[in-house]
Amino acid sequence: MSIDYAAQILAGSHRAAARLISWLEDEDERAYGLMAGLYPHTGSAYVVGITGSPGAGKSTLTDKLARVIRKNGLKVGIIAVDPSSPFTGGALLGDRVRMNELTQDPDIFIRSMATRGFLGGMAKSTAEVVKVLDALGKDVIIIETVGVGQDEVDIIGIADTTCVVLVPGLGDAIQSMKAGIMEIADVFAVNKADKQGADQLCGEICARLEIDSHIKERDWTAPVNRTIAVEDIGIEELWLSIESHRKYLFDSGRFYTNRRERTSRETLRMIHAELFRVIREQLEKNGRLDAAVEELMNKKRDPYTLMREIVNEWLSISRHKETS
Amino acid sequence: MARKIKMIMAKPGLDGHDRGAKLLARIFAEAGMEVVYTGLRQTPEMIVSAAEQEDADVVGLSSLSGVHNYFFPRVVELMKEKGLDDVLLVGGGGGIIPEEDYDSLKKSGMAAIFGPGTPTTEIVSFIENNVRKR
Ligand SMILES: Nc1nc2c(ncn2[C@@H]2O[C@H](COP(=O)(O)OP(=O)(O)O)[C@@H](O)[C@H]2O)c(=O)[nH]1
Ligand SMILES: [Mg+2]
Repeated sequence: MSIDYAAQILAGSHRAAARLISWLEDEDERAYGLMAGLYPHTGSAYVVGITGSPGAGKSTLTDKLARVIRKNGLKVGIIAVDPSSPFTGGALLGDRVRMNELTQDPDIFIRSMATRGFLGGMAKSTAEVVKVLDALGKDVIIIETVGVGQDEVDIIGIADTTCVVLVPGLGDAIQSMKAGIMEIADVFAVNKADKQGADQLCGEICARLEIDSHIKERDWTAPVNRTIAVEDIGIEELWLSIESHRKYLFDSGRFYTNRRERTSRETLRMIHAELFRVIREQLEKNGRLDAAVEELMNKKRDPYTLMREIVNEWLSISRHKETS
Repeated sequence: MARKIKMIMAKPGLDGHDRGAKLLARIFAEAGMEVVYTGLRQTPEMIVSAAEQEDADVVGLSSLSGVHNYFFPRVVELMKEKGLDDVLLVGGGGGIIPEEDYDSLKKSGMAAIFGPGTPTTEIVSFIENNVRKR
């Protein structure tokens, strides 16, 4: 007897959701039919991205934030992304260590994900996993991403509100401001405010926001929150900042336009990925790719003409199918 | 995308040392697995919830506190209650688990207990050979 995973997920089954997520990660065919069934039931969860340097306190902050959100009566999904090793393909996923107590709450679902070579601080299937947790009935979904260098930018493609976590004393601020983090933050958390330099860091961020507002007019200015995640200080205020950003998005109509853009981008990306997969599989299967590469190496052919040839061939196949 | 073995590495019990468990987690990650490290002082309930949410193929229990005779079977029992009975359960205790306990732990549902000094390559291949299909 086959299990109706979609129905189970809609009824709130963590186990069914967990399995579908594994299939999504593996790009297992079984995932897509289920996703098609779940899609109409997605879109109501609010998505918060938390990003920042390793060790900034993102997991600790996520743990505390989840508790505040639960106190407001909302259900929480957490996706914690860590990098895979490029050498072994394995991954050590350690974010749960900071969230252990949440594990006992049936209205919280936590999933660790490895990037599996995908860039941008996220796993390839993270956006799909958001949909699963949404269909599972979670009201707020927090994504903790590996923030290294400029990769954080991808989180803005998925999150409604992006919270950038900075800490004093890492020389981190100046660094990040160069890396375009000012542009992606909807809310700042200056974590480890118990450490020296927190005032200075807040000052730097505010000054920078002030300068930016002269360069480019904005109708939302990211609030700067001080937090001490380990002591559970400043978390309620952080949540209020996220809430007010959410209110801003709704009132300004941005929520809708952002989601529309996201849908458009995701659709294009899915088409791109599937086309590429099909063509690549074909080229590899019949040995044509190898032969072509050989010719390219010998300079008997050029890749520009070859690419056009292959693409045109596929276009004519589909046209042929349509008319027959 | 090839599937990866997902493992939960947990340290049940109250003792405060997790260097060993952390090191093992790293070794399994280096063997190509995706290892969720859950940290110290895990209750059986926490371990089983984590295994469910992570859709773990393997749960590794490392106990130094000598409570394995209670903890390990309790994890097995809860896993069964949740219907997670195809998950491979392995344990170790770095010399604290006396060999005469191995049999009863295995009978209770642990797939393997690894004694001190077991080469990690042996543990890795045991997992690879016995893990479920999904
Ligand atoms: N002093 C101090 N330490 C903190 C604070 N928040 C987190 N930490 C510690 O920073 C370390 C890294 O935290 P973690 O949440 O794992 O960071 P992540 O890598 O960004 O997820 C841990 O040892 C935390 O206990 C804080 O507000 N103040
Ligand atoms: Mg973390």
